Amino acid sequence: MRFDLVAQNWELFASGVWMTLQLTALSLVIGFCIALPFGLIRAKSNGIGSKLINAYVYAFRGTPLLVQLYLIYYGLSQFEAVRGSFAWVILRDAWWCALIAFSLNSGAYATEIIRGAIQSVSKGELEAAKSLGMSPFQVNRLVLIPIALRRSLPQYGNEVVFMLHGSVVASIITIQDILGVGRTLNARYYLAYEGFLTAAALYMSLAFVLVYTFRQLETRYLGYLRVSR
Amino acid sequence: MQNLIEYAPLLVRGAFTTIMLALASLALATVLGGLGAAGKIRGGLLVRSLVLGYTTIVRGVPDLVLILLIYFGGQRLINIAGKAIGVDYLELSKFWAGVAAIGFIYGAYLTETFRGAYMTVPSGQREAAMSIGMRPLQVLRAVTLPQLTRFALPGYANVWQVLIKSTAVVSVIGLEDLVGLANDAGKSVREPFLFFSAVFFTYLFFTWVSQTIFNAAERRYALKELGDAV
Repeated sequence: MRFDLVAQNWELFASGVWMTLQLTALSLVIGFCIALPFGLIRAKSNGIGSKLINAYVYAFRGTPLLVQLYLIYYGLSQFEAVRGSFAWVILRDAWWCALIAFSLNSGAYATEIIRGAIQSVSKGELEAAKSLGMSPFQVNRLVLIPIALRRSLPQYGNEVVFMLHGSVVASIITIQDILGVGRTLNARYYLAYEGFLTAAALYMSLAFVLVYTFRQLETRYLGYLRVSR
Repeated sequence: MQNLIEYAPLLVRGAFTTIMLALASLALATVLGGLGAAGKIRGGLLVRSLVLGYTTIVRGVPDLVLILLIYFGGQRLINIAGKAIGVDYLELSKFWAGVAAIGFIYGAYLTETFRGAYMTVPSGQREAAMSIGMRPLQVLRAVTLPQLTRFALPGYANVWQVLIKSTAVVSVIGLEDLVGLANDAGKSVREPFLFFSAVFFTYLFFTWVSQTIFNAAERRYALKELGDAV
């Protein structure tokens, strides 16, 4: 084992960690911005909009993230119209394609989480808010959404770790994230283990930090549910 | 479209590989999950800490990292071992490397599923069965397993749905599965969107069929209303 080579190239791994965190965090933020309105619509209406959102959620949750990424990165280049358009600057770039695929994927999973959380809010709480004379907008903003977001914390924590792990497929389309750096190191020095083992250890540490953080958040924001039990 | 029809037999072969990969991985994961759960419930301190290490480590590492580690690391080990006994070159099967990695990962998740389901069966029932003279194996077969099946099914279905999507990344080590073959074909005829769309809808079909089957199974093993049981 030549872990001295890993140590020598620590800057490479540091930039890999940064790349992974950046892609994961941005996808989660964009995914959340998609999911909040979509989750609300899914929970509250049954119209055509809700059905379309359901189709999106179903399609992205029912297929591998890798296939979604290939479809955007390799697939879209098939069309002359895409290659000629202003969007080509973005769509020929691996990083942007990964961000788009990850965001859409995370958005689909988070929509389902938020829909479930909204539907779990008890009617009494909403009626109480209404009886105080709150407008529907106020009920949503002050009561429904804060309660739903708190309740979605445990599942959302899973989704965050899931996204961190899912982001490894970025390395397949040449992005130098943690795994990408590990593969580069292995290829450069003709190694079989060291780069992958280092990547595994880094992903594991990040996952543990995230799990721990969400556990803290749950005690902070969901503690009141535990007391009542 | 013409190209897609021409390549259809190839894609069907790839889809078949994908399904076999998923089923073999599920079989391995089920065995590991069963052993892990048994170890967590019945094992001594050493076994319990080993299982804890297994489930903790595996759930922290992404699937692709483990696949690459097992495939390239395993190949290196085989080369070293081969040299020692004088065999020239043995190639590690991509299919079985994929099965080993995916089975190993989802075995950790199934350990938790099975353990949780086992815990939901009240211990009083097992004690009652033993007190009327049933042997431990009889208790397991007639009392614990039927109920464990019911409690474990939703979690098992979940793991399967994640597992089958996980098979896509095995194409990265060059396995000629659905994704790998569609990637090659789509690039050679310059219609990647068409071919990846076909893959997209095939996976959607797989997950839809699995959902239907598991829903039926959950109905089959569900608690019947008292009226039905009589």
